[in-house]
Amino acid sequence: MAKVLMRASLVAVSLVWVLAAQTVLAAEVKRYVVEGSRAAELDSCVEPTERMRRMHFEFIKHQRISTVHEGIRGTKYSLAGCVECHISYEEQQPQPIDRPDQFCGACHAYAAVDLNCFDCHASVPNGGGLDAEAQAAHRAAGVEKLVQSGRNGEGH
Amino acid sequence: MTDKTDRAENEIDSGRRDFIGVAAGMTAAVVAPGVLLHTVAAAPRSEPVTSDVRWGLLVDTAKCADGCSACVEACNDENGLNLQTPPEGEPDRKWDAQKAVWIRKVKLQDNQTGRVTNLPMMCQHCEHPPCVDVCPTGASFKRADGIVMVDRHLCIGCRYCMMACPYKARSFIHQDTTDQLTSVPRGKGCVESCNLCVHRRDYGEASTACVDACAAEGHHAIVFGDLKDPNSAINQKLKEIPSRQIREDLQLNTGVRYSGV
Amino acid sequence: MKRIVYREWRISPQRYWSILGVLAAVIGIGALAFGYMEHQGHWVTGMNNSVVWGMPHVFAVLLIISASGALNIASIGTVFQKPIYKPLGRLSGLLAVAMLMGGLLVLVTDLGRPERLIVAMTTYNFSSIFAWNIFLYTGFMAITIAYLWTMADRQGGPFNRPVGILALVWRLALTTGTGSIFGFIVARQAFDAAILGPMFVAMSFAYGLAVFLLVLMFAFTEEGRPIGPLMFRRLKNLLALFVAIVLYFTLIYHLTNLYVEENAGFESWLLLKGGIYTFLFWVGWVLIGGLAPLGILYHPELSKEPRWIAAACALVIAGGFATMYVVIIGSQAFPIQMFPGQTVLESGFFDGIDGRAAPYWPTIPEVLLGLGGVGVAMLITAVGVRVLQFMPESLADNVVPPCEETLGRAEPESAPA
Repeated sequence: MAKVLMRASLVAVSLVWVLAAQTVLAAEVKRYVVEGSRAAELDSCVEPTERMRRMHFEFIKHQRISTVHEGIRGTKYSLAGCVECHISYEEQQPQPIDRPDQFCGACHAYAAVDLNCFDCHASVPNGGGLDAEAQAAHRAAGVEKLVQSGRNGEGH
Repeated sequence: MTDKTDRAENEIDSGRRDFIGVAAGMTAAVVAPGVLLHTVAAAPRSEPVTSDVRWGLLVDTAKCADGCSACVEACNDENGLNLQTPPEGEPDRKWDAQKAVWIRKVKLQDNQTGRVTNLPMMCQHCEHPPCVDVCPTGASFKRADGIVMVDRHLCIGCRYCMMACPYKARSFIHQDTTDQLTSVPRGKGCVESCNLCVHRRDYGEASTACVDACAAEGHHAIVFGDLKDPNSAINQKLKEIPSRQIREDLQLNTGVRYSGV
Repeated sequence: MKRIVYREWRISPQRYWSILGVLAAVIGIGALAFGYMEHQGHWVTGMNNSVVWGMPHVFAVLLIISASGALNIASIGTVFQKPIYKPLGRLSGLLAVAMLMGGLLVLVTDLGRPERLIVAMTTYNFSSIFAWNIFLYTGFMAITIAYLWTMADRQGGPFNRPVGILALVWRLALTTGTGSIFGFIVARQAFDAAILGPMFVAMSFAYGLAVFLLVLMFAFTEEGRPIGPLMFRRLKNLLALFVAIVLYFTLIYHLTNLYVEENAGFESWLLLKGGIYTFLFWVGWVLIGGLAPLGILYHPELSKEPRWIAAACALVIAGGFATMYVVIIGSQAFPIQMFPGQTVLESGFFDGIDGRAAPYWPTIPEVLLGLGGVGVAMLITAVGVRVLQFMPESLADNVVPPCEETLGRAEPESAPA
């Protein structure tokens, strides 16, 4: 008896799940891009919107391997890029992007997909301790030096 | 996903370029766009790192000053470690043993002669790192350019690498983290350690935070550079002064060398 | 000798359910401790960047090596063909699976990112002993279950010995692997010793048998099943032997260390001035876990008393706990010797200033987490013996198979009445 009940409830749960997934697909596609963010002014992301909606995690996931293991930072898929472009400001303060009313947080809450990128990654554009000017000067100097010595940081 | 490898600069339209600028120069957003674009167009790495270089440090303990902790502060600043706050209700003593430390100052005295030595200790970036050998998931790895680091996406927080490290170089993040830096993601439950300012490497900068800070103090006790380039400053210095590895007996061929210990 | 009849554990439902209730409570508290530790982060434990493995690992390793030791009884019966051990084989297999489950659960729930366990299951680094252990543990579980089947099912009979041999080899590999988690660590002086592998095997024999005996005695007395003096004599002699072997390995381990000047600092710390670790070594490891049970088990009178044998088992387990504490935590607390011949005057990271040990004091959540693992092991055992035929109806002298030790000798107490 217990077994039958178990099975029945399992079937019920999976049915509900399938239906819910269908509704998500069928429902009017909401726009989660937050007004006032830079992304709101652009026609599309680094890929057409449809593609980004479905594939963004694939893009980031592949990128994370090449960034962490191969040091590649100059590609168009970048989590820091997502944050930078989709962040919105209130009274000049950036609002954490994983918050339920912000770009990542809102859509993930709607789709009920766990979002844990920002357990570790900065949820607002966040430079470093040095002020931006000093950093830029630093960076410029570093690049200059590399250019002079004929190296472009690719390890020749 | 085939265009994942599509990295040709000339194909990039303005929107993309904007995005790349954003991606790369994430810390320099306030700077004038022209400068930003110029800087990042040349800087961020677009090819995988290779083993043609091997990054390393040389510490001249004779120049390392007693009581100076510029390198430690610079590291904390660069990597957002100074943003760590003790969890509420945690006593200071316990927090001291649990907070993350990537670089530390150590003061030694020779038992026979009484000579005192100061030096910074950090991950020694071994050629044969024990932490990489023991990691069950491969999260602890050595990059082609010799940097030993943790892929936090794979780290399960078992802390076996910390057991295995002969230099006690690694820290475990014991508490929730907020306010991370964009360039240094870090979060609860993973292990971390010095990565020779890997973000600086990938943006083609010349040295590390600790080296810059030491130089700024006028000590110049740490030299950073490519151990495989015979003309690099570090190799010139290594030829000039005697140096050794800490725990040479383990034959790990460390990337961090010390002089005067 | 009669045919051995196996029967489910038929104590009164009230008694049975109250046992289960207590165990469920222990497990529930352990689960709460797990939730608390994971939610807060590991700062609520005593573990830190110097002592990275703490109380949960003491429990986990003790459970895991006891698991492989418990299976020993079955191996002696099938592989070494001592018929007197055969009736004990099923319970031995069940205990092995149960304790392994408990131990692994503790190990896994202590991870910094337990939700990423799937990563550990899908991404392997084969130069890591840890990664090998994942296979050793799951394999052990599978083989032991197959072994139980060969013992319990008629169709499995022919496979009994081959599977038994495989299980024996596997359990030796498993305990050596567990010991090697520590033994292959060159960084820490106390660990850098190949003898840790075999020493862990010896310990597993002793702790596993002690746990087995306690469980057997508890289950039998609860239901009033008899255990004859012959069986007691065999088992207590075996336990005494194993305890003596552990002491022997302990002696060799420390003698080797003492002989090597490099390790003299560690030895003088552990044996003389290590505070809690010195105390646990001498009182826990050597006295409670070694000499005291040996004294009881070889005492001409006391060793015949089931109560005293049970006490000896409890002492062995308590000593095992102290041993694990010293091996796992003591070895981390002792500062890593990075600069031989130098004294650390100041350090920003507890590098053993003036040779001081690293701080560690267990907190309540980690202890509760560990106890939860013990609870899981006991719950699996309790449910197993209740629903399946794991235990023989009687181990009285006239029931158990002949003991080859006493064959041909007229031993008054083993002669059937």
